[in-house]
Amino acid sequence: MRPQEAAGPPAASARPASPAEFVRKTLVIAELEVRKLRHDATEVITRGVQPVLWLLLFGQVFSHARAIPTGGVPYLDFMAPGILAQSVLFVAIFYGISVIWERDLGLINKFLVSPTPRAALVLGKALSAGVRTLPQIAVIFGLAALLGVKVLWNPLTLLGLILAAVLGAALFSTFSLIIACLVKTRERFMGIGQVMTMPLFFASNAIYPLSMMPLWLQWISKANPLTYEVDALRTLMIAGAASHFGLAVDFGVLLAWCVALVAVGAKLYPRVVT
Amino acid sequence: MTATTAMMETTATPILETRGLTRRFGDVTAVDDFTIAVAEGEAFGLLGPNGAGKTTVIRMLTTLLPPTAGSARVAGCDVQRQAMGVRRAIGYVPQALSVDGALTAYENLLIFAKLYDIPRKERAGRIEHALALVGLTDAAGRMVREFSGGMIRRLEIAQSTLHRPRVLFLDEPTVGLDPLAREAVWEHIKRLHTELGTTLFLTTHYMEEADDLCNRIAILHRGKLATAGTPAELKASLGRPGAEATLNDVFLHYAGDTLESGGSYRETSRGRRTARRLG
Repeated sequence: MRPQEAAGPPAASARPASPAEFVRKTLVIAELEVRKLRHDATEVITRGVQPVLWLLLFGQVFSHARAIPTGGVPYLDFMAPGILAQSVLFVAIFYGISVIWERDLGLINKFLVSPTPRAALVLGKALSAGVRTLPQIAVIFGLAALLGVKVLWNPLTLLGLILAAVLGAALFSTFSLIIACLVKTRERFMGIGQVMTMPLFFASNAIYPLSMMPLWLQWISKANPLTYEVDALRTLMIAGAASHFGLAVDFGVLLAWCVALVAVGAKLYPRVVT
Repeated sequence: MTATTAMMETTATPILETRGLTRRFGDVTAVDDFTIAVAEGEAFGLLGPNGAGKTTVIRMLTTLLPPTAGSARVAGCDVQRQAMGVRRAIGYVPQALSVDGALTAYENLLIFAKLYDIPRKERAGRIEHALALVGLTDAAGRMVREFSGGMIRRLEIAQSTLHRPRVLFLDEPTVGLDPLAREAVWEHIKRLHTELGTTLFLTTHYMEEADDLCNRIAILHRGKLATAGTPAELKASLGRPGAEATLNDVFLHYAGDTLESGGSYRETSRGRRTARRLG
């Protein structure tokens, strides 16, 4: 454009990342996190302990109470997928603190100056949060089967179960990343994380059905993506459990939330360093 | 006036140029109407006391921070409108940590080789070469958290140059290192410049290092460009007949009145953390 530019060094290509490049880089970011887990897996293992306690203690007691209408399945069967969703939620909702940690160390700068689309940075992290749920699925599914829960062993439903759990983890970890980008300090983040987990968990169908709730709480629960995650997990994990919304709605809602949150996260993520 | 002198010295289209680059944080103007040009292959040093705005300049040039006013072009791309082009062309060694302690040295380089689109076939060769260049071949499989400060710095330089950037930004590359490690890091930087012809844009507190390496130096004072030129020009500009002025004299002359003003709590805490990590 400007005449003197012809004589100077050639300009670097400023074209945006292609869809293939986007997918590739998302997987590189996920790979980075998985490599870290491979070096130190203690974190993943300790996170399998909490759901075991829920299933063994809470589940055993409540299955004798018979106070909760579960649509014909035993309470432990009803609750096991809810506990899976809870474990996924509890890990994912604090995932954002790693962003603050990496910001403080300065690691984030390195990624932001690389030719990696912002959305790929966010989605890659979300996927890696999904990878962290795999051991949880194995622990809860295995223990539930041992406790006599009538789990579905169909490879297709198992695949669907994994997909629903990974989507849930991606969704709530990105939500967490957004909070981290907004509050920017560990102290504030921890406070907010604590405050959010309880309502997300109890205003859902994780351990009791929507029909038990007062109407206003039902509406809140229907806006809560965790409800759809639980519904999908329950349908795909338990023999005889009927889906409340239908799997298409469940996955549609989870996907829509994921896309929207990743889009917001990609906007906010670069601002965490400014 | 000094800015135009700097512009005139570069005859070809500069690989890096800023025009009235300005960044405000609330009421504070961290960088104020900063205009410079750097020719391809130059080693350009940006000096100034703590809090003068050096890091803010680098963060704008590396697309991390949008300017409040003015513009900057790196490798022919506007840092705001063509950020992706700038990112493909540059390498950055920030003052803070930029390699992951929970991975091996090799893994750190591998991830960035992939992020910078180095073709699969070339990756292993490039990584080996980069590790050899900074003398870390034997440490490739070790966890980075076991590295010394000097090794971390060298790995960071290897990581930032894997993709052969046209401009390498170094923000105080030797801060917090012991003299031996400093020497080694400085040698690697010099070699990048002389052997690969990489354009360097660096900030430092060590005048003798800047004097030794940089073709041109700019002194930033309270966000403004105080002076710019070759080390010889700057020394001559003090006009001290007989006694040869040092770059340190130049620095004190242009920025000496702010010795007590630099740095905020956050900056100090960050500096101390960097020092602890590297030392």
